[in-house]
Amino acid sequence: MVGPSRANWVIYVSLLAALMLSALPLPEAMQWWRPEWVPLVLLYWIVALPTRVGLGTAWVLGILLDVLEGSLLGLNALALTVVAYVMLLVYQRVRMFSWLQQWLFVFALVALYQLIVHWVKGTFGTTSLSLMFLMPALVSAVLWPALFMLLRGVRRGFNVL
Amino acid sequence: MTQPSLGITTIKPIFIKDSDVGLRMLVLAVISLLLIFTDYKFREMDVLRSGLTTLVSPIQYVVDVPPRMMEWLNRTTADYHVLLEENEELRGQSLVLQRKLQKMTALTAENIRLRELLNSVEKVDEVVTLAQVIGVDPDPFSHELVVNKGSNEGVRVGQPLLDASGVMGQVISNSRFSSRVLLLTDSRHAIPVQINRNGVRAIAVGTGLTGELQLLHLPDTADIVEGDLLISSGLGGRFPYGYPVATVGEVRHDPGQPFANVKVHPNAQLTRSRQVLLLTSREQPSVKQELNEVLEQAPSDSVNENSAEAL
Repeated sequence: MVGPSRANWVIYVSLLAALMLSALPLPEAMQWWRPEWVPLVLLYWIVALPTRVGLGTAWVLGILLDVLEGSLLGLNALALTVVAYVMLLVYQRVRMFSWLQQWLFVFALVALYQLIVHWVKGTFGTTSLSLMFLMPALVSAVLWPALFMLLRGVRRGFNVL
Repeated sequence: MTQPSLGITTIKPIFIKDSDVGLRMLVLAVISLLLIFTDYKFREMDVLRSGLTTLVSPIQYVVDVPPRMMEWLNRTTADYHVLLEENEELRGQSLVLQRKLQKMTALTAENIRLRELLNSVEKVDEVVTLAQVIGVDPDPFSHELVVNKGSNEGVRVGQPLLDASGVMGQVISNSRFSSRVLLLTDSRHAIPVQINRNGVRAIAVGTGLTGELQLLHLPDTADIVEGDLLISSGLGGRFPYGYPVATVGEVRHDPGQPFANVKVHPNAQLTRSRQVLLLTSREQPSVKQELNEVLEQAPSDSVNENSAEAL
């Protein structure tokens, strides 16, 4: 299919922006408050266009994030794929969710992402035992409605269907 | 509507097949796990990683633009008097350093003469490359930096990184245009040190906390007090001898523990330095040659790898 509605670049640019935001240096005290941009933007596109953004996108994105963060190659790829899978199973229900339900769901998904990353890191190296790693999930969930509206606006503005 | 009706249209799929998704998820997850395992176990993956890092290094450079803009803005809008003051201060500092340098020449000459008397190897001076920090690891659990010099400028894995006041860490991977540096405070890092005052040796390992290292296996009777300067001991061959590493902050003797509990603070400004130095040390020839001869006779070639990994 061809036409203005297949503006793939909008998706790619938003994902690239998420990658950049996740690599942005933050002051020491702010480190725990960084939202997980990449899972958030990925989740949005899966809810909006599950036929076009899916597991493959999640995996490639994960590899790029791994390289950018210098973590074990495949770590973020694994976590993002699993999260994308869960979202793909229930995206139709998520579209019907109220904001509160979306909050909780996004919190759970990002927490799952963090947990997988944490598990793998714990298995193949050392990480601290504190539960602080769940903090970004909370921040991400709080940010979700704003990001959802923003990306929906962008999607409709560029007529990406 | 004016839209012409087409005879055959491909219907845009609205739903995706569930069984398909599950299988693909499984395949991708298995591939990821295999990748993680290979990356963890084998060094060959470094080539792939370095290639991919070169691919994403534009992102790192772009991300560094806002801080650099701020810096530029600060510089261009700085007050004339402030600049004048700073200039004066720097002049003073330079004078003090020059005075020290005058002494240094004499001391270096004396040092070489004494070494000759002792028949020991002559120290070779290290060469430094200036680099700039362009990125910080977003993960709070790992203490890593990205600097803007890569294999194109001759940066190698294992090279020490310094700032104006001490050792910062070492290069752990590089791409063409950037390198990743593991800081002293990362819990995966350890550096052999010695107390400048009396030469007692120890190993300073990172704790994962910013601004704190721990000395491992230091006996309770060791002569160490608060405020002692720790310098790199040069053992292990990765960090050259004599660079300041940390200052002793707290020494605790617990009768129930076999070793003293010593906390030290790194001298380098790990979270603030932007201008850093990459050190290229020319190895001391005789030791290296001896080692090479031994290695050539030994059947296995993994000795070098292991010693590098142990650090």
